[in-house]
Amino acid sequence: MGTRVVITGMGVIAPNGHGLEEYETSLREGKSGIRFIEKMKELKFGCQVAGVPQNVDEIKSRYLDGENLMAMNDSMIYAAIAGIDCWKDAGLGEVSPDSEVDWDTGAIIGTGIGGMDTIGEKLVPKVDAGKVRRLGSTMVEQVMCSSVSAKLGGLLGLGGQVTTNSSACTTGTEAIINAFLHVKEGRSKRMMAGGAEGSSHYIWSGFDGMKVLNTKFNDTPEKASRPMSESAAGFIPGSGAGLLMVESLESAKARGAKIYCEIVGGHVNSGGHRGGGSMTAPNPEGVMRCIREAMSMANLAAKDVDAINGHLTATFADPSEIRNWKNALEISESEFPLINSTKSMIGHALGAAGGLECVATVLQLNKGFIHGSLNCEDLHPEIQKVEKSVVRKTVEFKGKVIAKSSFGFGDVNGCVLFKKYEE
Amino acid sequence: MNETEIYEKVVGLIKPYAKNTESLSTLTQESKILEDLGVNSARLVDIVLAFEDEFDIEVEDEAADEIWTIGDAVKLINTKLN
Repeated sequence: MGTRVVITGMGVIAPNGHGLEEYETSLREGKSGIRFIEKMKELKFGCQVAGVPQNVDEIKSRYLDGENLMAMNDSMIYAAIAGIDCWKDAGLGEVSPDSEVDWDTGAIIGTGIGGMDTIGEKLVPKVDAGKVRRLGSTMVEQVMCSSVSAKLGGLLGLGGQVTTNSSACTTGTEAIINAFLHVKEGRSKRMMAGGAEGSSHYIWSGFDGMKVLNTKFNDTPEKASRPMSESAAGFIPGSGAGLLMVESLESAKARGAKIYCEIVGGHVNSGGHRGGGSMTAPNPEGVMRCIREAMSMANLAAKDVDAINGHLTATFADPSEIRNWKNALEISESEFPLINSTKSMIGHALGAAGGLECVATVLQLNKGFIHGSLNCEDLHPEIQKVEKSVVRKTVEFKGKVIAKSSFGFGDVNGCVLFKKYEE
Repeated sequence: MNETEIYEKVVGLIKPYAKNTESLSTLTQESKILEDLGVNSARLVDIVLAFEDEFDIEVEDEAADEIWTIGDAVKLINTKLN
């Protein structure tokens, strides 16, 4: 069984808000963080809108000094801001470069693409020009995949395992599930977990080239991210960081920490690129197994799931995601839980998506609301069967369990179950 | 460029890398770049690149390895310039 595991802190920097208060307000009010990006137009992207956290230059100067910032790219800065906020929210006290190492806390902070801005803007141009000698000392620490967790580990003095996972769009949710299992096994008292992804046209270019981004709403950015909609025509890239402090109940109680909710189950698997699955599409059997394993671990029945924060990116996969949930839970359409998509407001933040969306999920569970999904007034015909479950306007919520699922390229799946904390 | 001018420029170039900001008010030619200013040793590479750009010189790796104090840097640059 292992110990019970709870959430004791959160930090977020999202396209529609920095900090829990602003993020919650934006989610409740349906405030979109999708904006026109001049650089994407200049470079002839099909999609010219994206979700980028705002006022970061001002915010970062309050969190990081110049010596640190000279070796940090977007994803590292986002992870640092969300991580410092998460640490403070968890009530873990002041940290300075001279403070003691906290041997009881680690971090699993994922990223999907990593320091592509550094690679594109600095590393490749200099190397190609024969100027390797001019690269300086800060390239490796910005382009290594673990840059997002490594930097935060130093800023906070973490002494547990500090690592980065990467599983495409499942990354953030996978990090939280891995942290949950890590703490449940008693390997650490606390793990900070989630994902971070930078805001770079180099990151987004490959998706534009694949024709999986929506190119039809460049003039109306707030309408561009359309999960569950019949007029959905691809996702909108997003960025930012969302982190949770995952802690053993015993540790949380011993230090009198506030408890947002409990993680009661989680599972990660893959579909093996079989049965309809591929590098870019999920095997439905894998998705259903993932959901069922998480449910079984949590000892929950289908009727216990009150709401789902979907992966729901606004591609052809949305209807099949709903179908997979229905089949996994073995329920009728009328029994389908409430469902929404945070991506409708912030876009698809790739490796940060699961982190940002788990913060949204925990806020909803803890504060008693389910936020509306934007831009699904014209539901996809197949999703119309569960229309009464699709939350379009924010509603009050008194349920006890919200499921968060994420699916990614590579046919990888993650499902985590958050439950209201009860003694 | 005289030695005082070089010293002022060297201090200005090292300053952004100093973690021990308190040491900046008591700097001398003898101040050790790593120990006294708290510069991360990896950043010496960046500081040498900054010297090269500022003074339009080339600093060989072997010469860079001999820079321990602010005075070492000033002396090296002075030799290169004059």
